[in-house]
Amino acid sequence: MSNIPNDLRYTKSHEWVRQLEDGTAEVGISDHAQGALGDLVFAEVPEAGREVSAGEACAVVESVKAASDVYSPLSGTVIAGNSALANQPELLNQEPYGAGWLFRVAPKSADAAAALMSAADYAKYLADEGH
Amino acid sequence: MGLKTPLYDSHILQGAKIVDFGGWEMPLHYGSQIEEHHAVRRDAGMFDVSHMGVVDLTGERVREFLQVLLANDVARLKVPGKALYSCMLLPGGGVIDDLIVYLSSPTSFRMVVNAGTRDKDLAWIRQRAADYAVSVHERQDLAMIAIQGPNARHKTASLLAPAARDLVLELPPFRGAAVDSWFIARTGYTGEDGFEVMLPAVDAVKTWSALHAAGVRPAGLGARDTLRLEAGMNLYGNDMDEDHHPLESGLGWTVAFEPGDRDFIGRAALEAARRTAGRDFVGLLLEERGVLRSHQKVCVPGEAGDGAVGEVTSGTFSPTLNRSIALARIPRTTATTVQVEIRGKLYPASIVRPPFVRHGKAMIKV
Repeated sequence: MSNIPNDLRYTKSHEWVRQLEDGTAEVGISDHAQGALGDLVFAEVPEAGREVSAGEACAVVESVKAASDVYSPLSGTVIAGNSALANQPELLNQEPYGAGWLFRVAPKSADAAAALMSAADYAKYLADEGH
Repeated sequence: MGLKTPLYDSHILQGAKIVDFGGWEMPLHYGSQIEEHHAVRRDAGMFDVSHMGVVDLTGERVREFLQVLLANDVARLKVPGKALYSCMLLPGGGVIDDLIVYLSSPTSFRMVVNAGTRDKDLAWIRQRAADYAVSVHERQDLAMIAIQGPNARHKTASLLAPAARDLVLELPPFRGAAVDSWFIARTGYTGEDGFEVMLPAVDAVKTWSALHAAGVRPAGLGARDTLRLEAGMNLYGNDMDEDHHPLESGLGWTVAFEPGDRDFIGRAALEAARRTAGRDFVGLLLEERGVLRSHQKVCVPGEAGDGAVGEVTSGTFSPTLNRSIALARIPRTTATTVQVEIRGKLYPASIVRPPFVRHGKAMIKV
């Protein structure tokens, strides 16, 4: 059973969003996603200043076997990509909700994250999908 | 539901992630394919390769038949148990399959063919075998386990009775021997030392467990692919296929043009191909971070203008080198660096000569 922290919001494409105190949001991939992808060996993160729309592919994570797009859960401006992943892509597997975060966004709309799935909804979504 | 090998339940019990491979439900990994890869490079790992096709060919004229069927020459097999790697070609030179053939006796040979091609291979072979009164017997009663790594041979031998143990430990590379109902060969697909063991399917589960108890780590198709690519070994369907001949697939060394009067299928086409410039088959080392993948475009600098375009046939992340490596088919060039297109951007990659890794050690500068 994968780990689904209660304080985060989730998307159907298996990203998570953490709302930070300064009003920005941190984005990563869920424990379920990293487990399904296997050992991750490369990540391409967006650069600060890039405008992204919700649902837009803006990062790539690559396992030994395949490359997968990561979609921005929110519309807004990228404030930072996680540069630690360049040397340690395995953080995506080891700490998907911590040091393995992908990028931070200043969202256009303050309450956009509230429209995403709660931990309970995401758990149900995974169960329904047969994951 | 796909086909299952006799070891399917063992894989599930060991936590394998199962994927479809050529119609077979096979283990991709048992948790971490990178750790499985390192286990093979540093100690010993085992692969269930029971999905591969084992075919016994028997008849007074079997040698003559195989000298026509295969691009390599079975006359090179002089002692029983000796193995030979060969392509089986279409008349136009395209590769139907790559395989290993063992001499069993003066009137019988054993071939091991790929899982994804076994049906077409068997149809092709049977169609021609009748003319030579050769009988073709697919050994579906056998399972096959590859044990690979620096400690693989000794760990495998520890399962055997003393006399058999001595026998198999004395096998030179690319030689096999029958041990009761088993056939043990010092072959593999990883660039490490080891054995491939063909054994009755009924023995598979207990042998797999005994190997595990002896410290051999189960490894899946994921690790098998990164290991073979580091070893510079081709994968059928990626690096060669019916649309490409062996000379543009890095397999010229497996084609026996001598003696000149051996009229194997595909010979005329390959002789014509030899007289043209053709394309080159090379190794690539990505100079920056990123991962090379099959079908990415390779831009080769030209003497005038834009140069020409080739293609990555297999690419991956190399766990041993911690860099991305690939095999690629490109126009002939004197350049030492090419550009590979990854998601619309060009990245430099240097041309290197495979293997990338052999016996646990890097064979190229990184």
